[in-house]
Amino acid sequence: MWSHRLVAGLLIPLSMAAPARAGEWRGGGKLLLATGVTTIEGAAGGGLATWALIAGNETRNGIGGSAHVTQVQLDDFGLTTFGAAIGAFDRIEVSYARQRFDTRAAGATLGLGRGFAFSQDIYGAKLRLVGDAVYDQDRILPQIAVGVQHKRGNRDGLVRALGAKSASGTDFYLAATKVLLDRSLVVDATVRMTKANQTGLLGFGGDRHGGYRAQFEGSAGMLVSRRLLLGAEYRTRPDNLGFAKEDDAFDLFAAWAVTRNVAVTAAYADLGSIATVSGQRGLYLSLQTSF
Amino acid sequence: MTFLLALAAATLPVPAGEQPVDPYVVDNANAGAVPVRGDALWQAFHGQAGVGRIVDSLVLLNTSDPRISDIFKGQDLVRLRRTLKEQFCYILGGGCDYTGRSMKDAHKDMGLQTADLAALIENLQKAMRDEGVPFGAQNRLLAKLAPMKRDAIER
Repeated sequence: MWSHRLVAGLLIPLSMAAPARAGEWRGGGKLLLATGVTTIEGAAGGGLATWALIAGNETRNGIGGSAHVTQVQLDDFGLTTFGAAIGAFDRIEVSYARQRFDTRAAGATLGLGRGFAFSQDIYGAKLRLVGDAVYDQDRILPQIAVGVQHKRGNRDGLVRALGAKSASGTDFYLAATKVLLDRSLVVDATVRMTKANQTGLLGFGGDRHGGYRAQFEGSAGMLVSRRLLLGAEYRTRPDNLGFAKEDDAFDLFAAWAVTRNVAVTAAYADLGSIATVSGQRGLYLSLQTSF
Repeated sequence: MTFLLALAAATLPVPAGEQPVDPYVVDNANAGAVPVRGDALWQAFHGQAGVGRIVDSLVLLNTSDPRISDIFKGQDLVRLRRTLKEQFCYILGGGCDYTGRSMKDAHKDMGLQTADLAALIENLQKAMRDEGVPFGAQNRLLAKLAPMKRDAIER
């Protein structure tokens, strides 16, 4: 929170334009965990659900950011995500994440070859519209944000052969997040308009459904200390492809703010059936640094 | 009517050890929050003695915190401790009256930012932890204080 050297080149000119006068700059200002952690798609949120919170430790007086790496070790597959986000004035978030989905031994069974991997780049932007999830404790109104995630996969020919319409696509979402401080709860509900199969790793659209459909993702957690949030998440998925069923996903997570600048999230995740291989469950581990 | 209220306010005595302040109308509404019901939360804070220790500790933490200590320079800390104790007692259901100024008036022209408030909240969390206030009870007080950000923050 106190180190802003990483973006110093960007900060100095912008802070002079900001309401805070240059020279009065000092980093930080969000409470622990009030920045959320990072989803597998690179946005501030839980692990599966994107929240309305803006990434980074800065308030309306500054620009902060975060970087993350996440590993999901499933029974037959592995998903690795890394990326970074910038949060400006507690209003706008831009993010980038790269996902790599490793089919490991199952790749041979599926006829792709052992260790065959699908990758995609995810470019995200989020705008906080109204509300303050943490401070507006006398209002029912949650913090509400809209966002977009443009995803570009690397296996165009293959995902088309599997029935997808495209290897790239764009999700749009509306997220509402609220900290119910008098009950030590954090809740989020997000609606996502998407065509993505397995978040886009298996392309967009399919032979069963081609167009945009609304999907739900949400989190509910309890703050057990100012450093530790325990909770659960749920995410529905479109199930567009005829060749392989896609299930809803859920997880049970623990997000721990080790310091102001480091958070570790561990989860048990159940992603259901992936590419005809059913019952994909496993350990989710994410490391985030924020400033 | 306004004249009479102003006159009543102007004749308020200055408590011992405090500096005089410009006249204002004393009203529990100045506390900026509706008190909780029941006395369970008051007990969780160990009543008057506990809140007294928390506020004394909070003021000491703030005045020695390099992030925000400048804000407290030149402030009447005797008055601050008294009015904070009254405010917490009033909000926590301890049955006190709050005689301080409104949050808007008390923070006027201080130029506070959200980060200053976050630092203060962290210090309050430490003071409450040191007093042994359960985390859930801590959050119930913070939930009452958080909306005051709108009146305390000017930039």
